[in-house]
Amino acid sequence: MSHFSTELRQRAEELVALYPNRRSAMLPLLHLAQEQDGYLSDAGMAEVAELTGTTPADVQGTASFYDMFFLEPVGKYVVAVCTNISCLLAGGEELLDHAQSTLGCSVGGTSADGMFTLEEAECLADCNIAPCVQVNHRFVRTTTPETFDQMIGEIREGRRDSDIPPHGTLIRVRRNGVLRNTRDALAAERAVAGDARDARKAQETK
Amino acid sequence: MPESRESVTIKLNGREVEAFKGEMLIAAAERAGEYIPRFCYHPRMESVGVCRMCLVEVDGPRGATLQPSCYISVQPDMVVTTDSDKVKKAQDGVLEFILANHPLDCPVCDKGGECPLQDQTLAHGSGETRFIEEKRHFAKPISIGELVLLDRERCIQCSRCTRFAADVAGDAQITFSGRGDSIEVAPFPTEPFDSVFSGNTVQICPVGALTAKPYRFTARPWDLEQVESTCTSCAMGCRVAVQSSGDRITRLLGVDSDAVNHGWMCDKGRFTFEAAQSDEGTGDVLDPRTRLTTPLIRRNGTLTPANWGEALSAAATILRESGAAKSGVVGGARLTNESLFAWQRFARDVIGTDSIDASFGDAGDAATWSLVPRASINDAAEACTVVVIGADIAAVAPVLHLRLRQSVTAGRTNVVALTTGASSQSSIARVRLAVRPGETHLVAAAVTGDHSALAQLELHPQGTAFSRDELAEAQRLIGSNGEGVVVVVGRANYAESADVTDAAIRSLAAALPGARFLPTWRRANLGGAFDLGFGPGLAPGRRVATTRGRRVDEQVAAMASGEQSALLLLGSLLDNVVNRPQAINALERASVIVVAGNGGDDLAYADVVLPVAIDHERTGTVTNFEGRVTAVAAKVTAPSGTWSDIAVASELAEEFGQNLGLTDATDTARVIEELLGYPTASVLRDGHGDGVITGVTGDQSARLALDPVAFPGVRSADAVGLLARAGAVAVDAVTSATWSPSTWSDLPQPPAPQNPAADAYSLRVVVAPYLYDGGVAVSATSAFNPLVAASVATVNPYDANRLGINEGDIVRFPGEGGVVRLPVSIDDATTKGTVVVPFHAEGVDGDDVLATWGVGASLVTEVRMESR
Amino acid sequence: MATLTAAPIVSSRREHADSHTLTRFLATSGFDGLKKALGMFPEQVAAEVDAASLLGRGGAGFPAGRKWSMLRKNAVTYLVINGDESEPATFKDHYLVEHEPHQLIEGVTIAAYALQVTQAFIFLRGEFALGLERVQQAINDAYDHGALGQNIFGSGFSLDIVVHPGAGAYICGEETSLIEALEGKRGFPRIKPPFFPAVNGLYGEPTVVNNVETMSNLPWIIRHGGAAFAALGEGRSTGTRLFALSGRVNNPGMFELEMVKNTFRDIIFDPQLGNGIVGGGKLKAFIPGGVSAPWFGPDQLDVPLGQDEVANQASMLGSGSIVVFDEATCPVRAAWRITKFFSRESCGQCTPCREGSGWLERIMYRLEHGGGRIDDIDLLLDLCDNISPGLLWPPQQTTICVLGPSIPSSIHSAIKMFRDEFVAHATNDGCTYA
Ligand SMILES: Cc1cc2nc3c(=O)[nH]c(=O)nc-3n(C[C@H](O)[C@H](O)[C@H](O)COP(=O)(O)O)c2cc1C
Ligand code: SF4
Ligand code: FES
Repeated sequence: MSHFSTELRQRAEELVALYPNRRSAMLPLLHLAQEQDGYLSDAGMAEVAELTGTTPADVQGTASFYDMFFLEPVGKYVVAVCTNISCLLAGGEELLDHAQSTLGCSVGGTSADGMFTLEEAECLADCNIAPCVQVNHRFVRTTTPETFDQMIGEIREGRRDSDIPPHGTLIRVRRNGVLRNTRDALAAERAVAGDARDARKAQETK
Repeated sequence: MPESRESVTIKLNGREVEAFKGEMLIAAAERAGEYIPRFCYHPRMESVGVCRMCLVEVDGPRGATLQPSCYISVQPDMVVTTDSDKVKKAQDGVLEFILANHPLDCPVCDKGGECPLQDQTLAHGSGETRFIEEKRHFAKPISIGELVLLDRERCIQCSRCTRFAADVAGDAQITFSGRGDSIEVAPFPTEPFDSVFSGNTVQICPVGALTAKPYRFTARPWDLEQVESTCTSCAMGCRVAVQSSGDRITRLLGVDSDAVNHGWMCDKGRFTFEAAQSDEGTGDVLDPRTRLTTPLIRRNGTLTPANWGEALSAAATILRESGAAKSGVVGGARLTNESLFAWQRFARDVIGTDSIDASFGDAGDAATWSLVPRASINDAAEACTVVVIGADIAAVAPVLHLRLRQSVTAGRTNVVALTTGASSQSSIARVRLAVRPGETHLVAAAVTGDHSALAQLELHPQGTAFSRDELAEAQRLIGSNGEGVVVVVGRANYAESADVTDAAIRSLAAALPGARFLPTWRRANLGGAFDLGFGPGLAPGRRVATTRGRRVDEQVAAMASGEQSALLLLGSLLDNVVNRPQAINALERASVIVVAGNGGDDLAYADVVLPVAIDHERTGTVTNFEGRVTAVAAKVTAPSGTWSDIAVASELAEEFGQNLGLTDATDTARVIEELLGYPTASVLRDGHGDGVITGVTGDQSARLALDPVAFPGVRSADAVGLLARAGAVAVDAVTSATWSPSTWSDLPQPPAPQNPAADAYSLRVVVAPYLYDGGVAVSATSAFNPLVAASVATVNPYDANRLGINEGDIVRFPGEGGVVRLPVSIDDATTKGTVVVPFHAEGVDGDDVLATWGVGASLVTEVRMESR
Repeated sequence: MATLTAAPIVSSRREHADSHTLTRFLATSGFDGLKKALGMFPEQVAAEVDAASLLGRGGAGFPAGRKWSMLRKNAVTYLVINGDESEPATFKDHYLVEHEPHQLIEGVTIAAYALQVTQAFIFLRGEFALGLERVQQAINDAYDHGALGQNIFGSGFSLDIVVHPGAGAYICGEETSLIEALEGKRGFPRIKPPFFPAVNGLYGEPTVVNNVETMSNLPWIIRHGGAAFAALGEGRSTGTRLFALSGRVNNPGMFELEMVKNTFRDIIFDPQLGNGIVGGGKLKAFIPGGVSAPWFGPDQLDVPLGQDEVANQASMLGSGSIVVFDEATCPVRAAWRITKFFSRESCGQCTPCREGSGWLERIMYRLEHGGGRIDDIDLLLDLCDNISPGLLWPPQQTTICVLGPSIPSSIHSAIKMFRDEFVAHATNDGCTYA
């Protein structure tokens, strides 16, 4: 029995097919598992173990290396405020303090209504618009307490639904169909092209 | 592991030393007398170079740089410095970093006294800490499996345990979780660490982070005494250090033997010593967990304590009254060679019976094994192709599985598996041919190109259980003459006649003259039993007679029919048979003398019980399945009231007015060696080490010095001389010429197995051996109780779908003797058309399941599966 | 005054709001480079890149052409693009993947053709959700356009590109760790030797790893020739580079500048660029190339923005990101925050890095927040020395990868430049800035 929905299971199998080695699909599959549940449930990880030919312990060990994977449920929106060097110099810590009071939870915690989980982020690579804030890995570019609160308000009212999907959904653009290049086909292509090149070269040197 | 044995010269601290090209610098330096400190390096695992303790300076294009010596392979003319100030500062720095977050637990830590970290700190540490911050905190030890506790505060992240799980055992049940300084070892929340190899992680943990529940707080290392011995849980014969404190066994540790176990053990071998010293129930002599310490005689239907004189005379009376023709001896496969020799003398010379059998049809017949060319464990690990027939190696000889797995992952060996159900080989086999019960010999013939065997397999309504491609691949790997092929044979199905396995061996031996064979007997000293003539139709010295007495199954039948009236039981019958009700019936009808160390269910049918010394209380030799004779050592004293087997056999002979001429183990070993050239006395004299393979000379390589950081704990061996005595055994007397085996043609041919016509609706039964079965050793070891297999019927999804059955459903199996209900498990590794049930499992209807089905009565057993 | 002569190479479409679309790309010489490359021999393409002297833009600055030529001796199996951009204060690849994804795909395809590789992976930082979508869309577009997949533009050459999302771990920017992550494992860097990607990379096969910006330069180089690229800049530092400027400047941002022709003073103070210190304050110090780099002081403002020029001053241009500290910046606090970053991001396999980073962070925390001792200063330096013996530049290391020896950079710089402030923090029992 698949824990993934039918649609997700199909996407998962497409992902596995993209790689020369099943295990390689680990991170994308974990993102999918997180898309299904909003975090990595035991059942989700067990299914990833099955898809990648590893053990559940191995999947959880791998997942826990990466900050984007949550092994416990989180809010529908994960709010990340950067306090690394450039943001620190622009008031990142102060904005993080402000976010704690707005959301009513401390760093690592979730707001009382279960909507928001707050994180202190390391550099998010948007240092010229500092302090940098992401919600579900979308750059929201709210650098002041006022714009931050306004953004939270909009999310609560559902006005940001189109640009900020629920936590876990990372890539909404689906690869166009299945793999168009099997490796065997590519190798064959490569051999043919190589012959053609050699022939051309031979002619030119003549 | 050295890439080659090509010698090169390197410059080490200014002097020229010889090293092997490609070996790790740390190992080369150690042989040259420079011990480089280390934590993560383990000579039996791939290096990872993470703890950084072993940094040394190596000259390179950019001058001398600090490099991990456990990760740098030796190259010609390398210039290495291990004693510079820079090296010392780097190593001291690493040690200080390791200690920064390490708790000050030493006084209460099991590892205290044998801890490489403690030792390094005493040797090199600065004495005062510069770390004034709050240390990392975790909940103190948490249980991560039935046998193992984890103290995360003590962990130094060397990854030995997780690498063992993933790379050596091939089953990553524990992994690193988290990142940076929050890394911890963890199992999956819903799947505990219950690998059969879990004890190894405890043994190789260089600190006290992983501890074994049975050992915790039982002793301090400095109180421990130790001997080297041989594990007798299975017939692999792993080399072990047996440690005791206050005349109680506290633990067993694997010793690094290059020829056998590489330092590993399975948990069954490691922890069953508990069974012998269970404190439970000492008051009740009939408690199966009770250690037997007094002779017993049945009086008025009740077993009551007696003195030895009474008991011996009662036993002699039984045997005398039954007479030679109606007496038999069963069991003994866990005894020493010396005990077996004494008992076979007693049986043949005193009782006058040839009905003696230790094998329970374990894997082929003794006559076959005395003729086929045998392989050693190392031969199997170095073979190009290993053909595994039948057994799930991890269940019958777990450490052999590790050895084979290592060869496979190193790319040396391809495994071809001929198996019926899910097995450990599936994960390492290059190709697996699915086999239905009763077909093994046909499939074995088919892989050597026998067309008629293939045609016979195709007659099955579903055709062959493997594909044509799989067959072709197997044929390609095996080749035509068997050169470089080792066939590993075990009996995987107790519902199938042992003759099937036997026929498979003979067909492969005939078709592949270059192939060699390695049996995986479950019973520890079956090798010794066969070699010393403890079997019907066997004479001591791997010689085969033309007439023979009754095998175990024949004795059971003979007792039921009244043809046999006395049974001398060396161990347990009921723990070893498939059809228990049938065996119980036999025991009820015969007069039974039980000679055992701890009682089993058989006691209920015993007329006389003679208590003997067991493992770790006795000295002697055993012979593993490659024919290696090694010593077992007494570590604790046998309880007063118990005798040695040799004493019991001799005294019983006295009752008949005869003298066996054997006094004790040493004396018996000498007699055996003088008589047969069998190296028991030589091995016993040297006492320790890897022993000697019978019939092979020049194979006795000296053991490498033991690395105390790789094998912490075994190091306390220094004090008791394990290292001093470990080494080569010099045996001159034994050569293959000493042996005079019969020839194939002398042997009675086994009956060609006939396959019953397959009914498309029925399933053939597989009764598979399982490591934690319900035998005495396991059930008396409290730590194993939760691990005993549950009764479950495993089928292929094809059969489940066909009959509309889901995982977990309780299904009906009507049989000759009634209906059995079992929960179903669905696994596509199970061959279509078969149903697998574990041997000696706990749960539904117990062993009656097999009797109800009539298992064991014919060549194969078939049952119907009904959903309601 | 800054020299802003060169036209932008990799950020040429910056002014267009629709720079990420195929339409805009095609309208702005999109795929011209690829088409031209496909008409050349692979060796010729590689030779152009070699002639361009294109230095890797990921941080280590190894010449791309040299890397490829070493590999062309053995067939390369995989091409892997490093888009994990997580070095604090670096945000150029973020721009390139979100705004010029087709240019990246074109560059990757050119490189793949030069190396005759048929499978490429683009490893993108997981936190770049939009970037991941845009690059995936660009791949889909390229497939539809015949610029990717089988028989690209009828040349007979085929290539598949897979976008691989990271999942939040700075260390995965290190190329061997990235390969581990691509193999679905924990991002533990591998030990070099033997795991040089060129020899023993993805799945043990020879693998080229190049940065996103490195790849994005290729279409221009092929269109205009390696010589034209080499004509820009000076010495080994040719062409242009994306510089990321942040911190206490009036106009933080990303600027594409010709290499070597400008100095740190130019980028920080030029009105068209950084436009000076916030509030007209004074510059106190700056980091010249990402937080792994040792700091520079006002004395080094006139060092040119070139790889060797910075290296000669015992630091590195690294990922081309400059962080500016003004007089109001507390150096202890800045160094503490950077150390906290390394402590959070250490992969944890090497003892000195795992334990050292945490220990150093806690000492720095005490100095900044109270509880610091004068002795801590020497302790900091000695612990740093145990991670990076001698505290030299380029660093020595007791660790597997160079994250380890990056940890001491900021602490060592801060103590060297502002020791008295450390002393003041210790005696004041905490920060001396408001
Ligand atoms: C700790 C660490 C982090 C790194 N992070 C990145 C990164 O985020 N992006 C990147 O392209 N290179 C990064 N690198 C450099 C890569 O290892 C590698 O040198 C580079 O991707 C090669 O590409 P290039 O030659 O095109 O520069 C990092 C290196 C280290 C040691
Ligand atoms: S130096 Fe640090 S980040 Fe690099 S491998 Fe070692 S522990 Fe990991
Ligand atoms: S790094 Fe060599 S022993 Fe750990």
